Amino acid sequence: MTIDEIKNGIVIDHITAGKGMKIYSLLNLDNLECSVAFIKNAPSRKMGRKDIIKIDADITVDTDILGYIDPDITVNIIKDGKNVEKKRIALPEKLTNVITCKNPRCISGTEQELPQIFKLTDKENRVYRCLYCESKAK
Amino acid sequence: MRSLIDIAELSLDEIDSLLATANDIIDNPEKYSEKCKGKKLATLFFEPSTRTRLSFEAAMYELGGNVLGFSEATSSSTAKGESVADTAKTVSCYADIIAMRHPKEGAPLVASMNASIPVINAGDGGHNHPTQTLADLLTIKREKGGFDNLTVGLCGDLKFGRTVHSLINALRRYNNVKFVLISPNELKLPDYIKESLKKDNFEVFETTDLEAAMPKLDILYMTRVQRERFFNEEEYLRLKDSYILTPEKLKNAKSDLSILHPLPRVNEISVAIDDDPRACYFKQVLNGKYMRMALILMLLGVK
Repeated sequence: MTIDEIKNGIVIDHITAGKGMKIYSLLNLDNLECSVAFIKNAPSRKMGRKDIIKIDADITVDTDILGYIDPDITVNIIKDGKNVEKKRIALPEKLTNVITCKNPRCISGTEQELPQIFKLTDKENRVYRCLYCESKAK
Repeated sequence: MRSLIDIAELSLDEIDSLLATANDIIDNPEKYSEKCKGKKLATLFFEPSTRTRLSFEAAMYELGGNVLGFSEATSSSTAKGESVADTAKTVSCYADIIAMRHPKEGAPLVASMNASIPVINAGDGGHNHPTQTLADLLTIKREKGGFDNLTVGLCGDLKFGRTVHSLINALRRYNNVKFVLISPNELKLPDYIKESLKKDNFEVFETTDLEAAMPKLDILYMTRVQRERFFNEEEYLRLKDSYILTPEKLKNAKSDLSILHPLPRVNEISVAIDDDPRACYFKQVLNGKYMRMALILMLLGVK
């Protein structure tokens, strides 16, 4: 399968196979006017299979979302056809409006325009808890 | 400007200072009778409560201040759909400090993020109730002289009991505290709290047998086994009676045991125990008022 190389844009690489679509949707990539290539189950020496997303535009992606979904992702910044920066994504300390609290007793379910904020409380086990009610993110 | 939403926000030094102030209030009440003259406490109770609201109001009156507020959501603008944030901003224009109880977990935090005056969490659903923990701590301090080396029995609903979780979080910061968890299997302390205690090398014993645990205890913290938590009525009836504290069950208890209960009590402590010198739950109510006085002074920055 051949996909044209991008001139100026972003390649989100090393996405765990199967998680690409979730990232595509959380980053709202369907709203972009530029070319976006979504490659599912690409062969990978390191991972066996992986997903890749190529975006042919110089946009900023929310690395918090990427880190939360899959902290092993790499983000490559392409300028004039060259890979000028390779970013490793860390697990974000705080997530704002990425996930919603499922606790029916939490104030975030009823309070008008309250941002959904989750904090990383256990790095080892990747546990996020709601800022307001401390329920574990599901 | 400082609020109190979770007991963990207070450092050990701050807790010590609150305990010292409360003890000084007990010894010299007249010294404090005009400390908050001209100040107003707004009690915003979106859910009914007898003890906590009256305790806050009594605390403010004894400091020479005034109180305004409401005791149920239907008598506030919330009934018209007002947000917690807007209520907090509005009340900031009328009062100097807020005490808020709300059925939604996290509501007092949202209030504190929007108010321009300190907010005290007076209970948010099953989540936090820091001033109850302050009352518990003053009671333990006055009865035992300190917190180190105590064996603390927690009995009843350890799964949903917010007062139990807060008390454990407060006591785990002291040295060599041992926890004895006494509950039916269905209402055990959540695993994540137990695991984190064990990870920090705390001695934690778990049992369903209150009488067997009794001889070891310095503190017995009783809580109510709540009917609404059970799916099976028979199961509830079978379990609730095993945790009614009676004089017989105290036979093997230490002579200097302190019995605490956050109240309200339904039937889990026999009234026959009320006259036992080891019963501390009504002292705990009084101590709650003194700690709330100390807290109001601290948050208002009154010396």
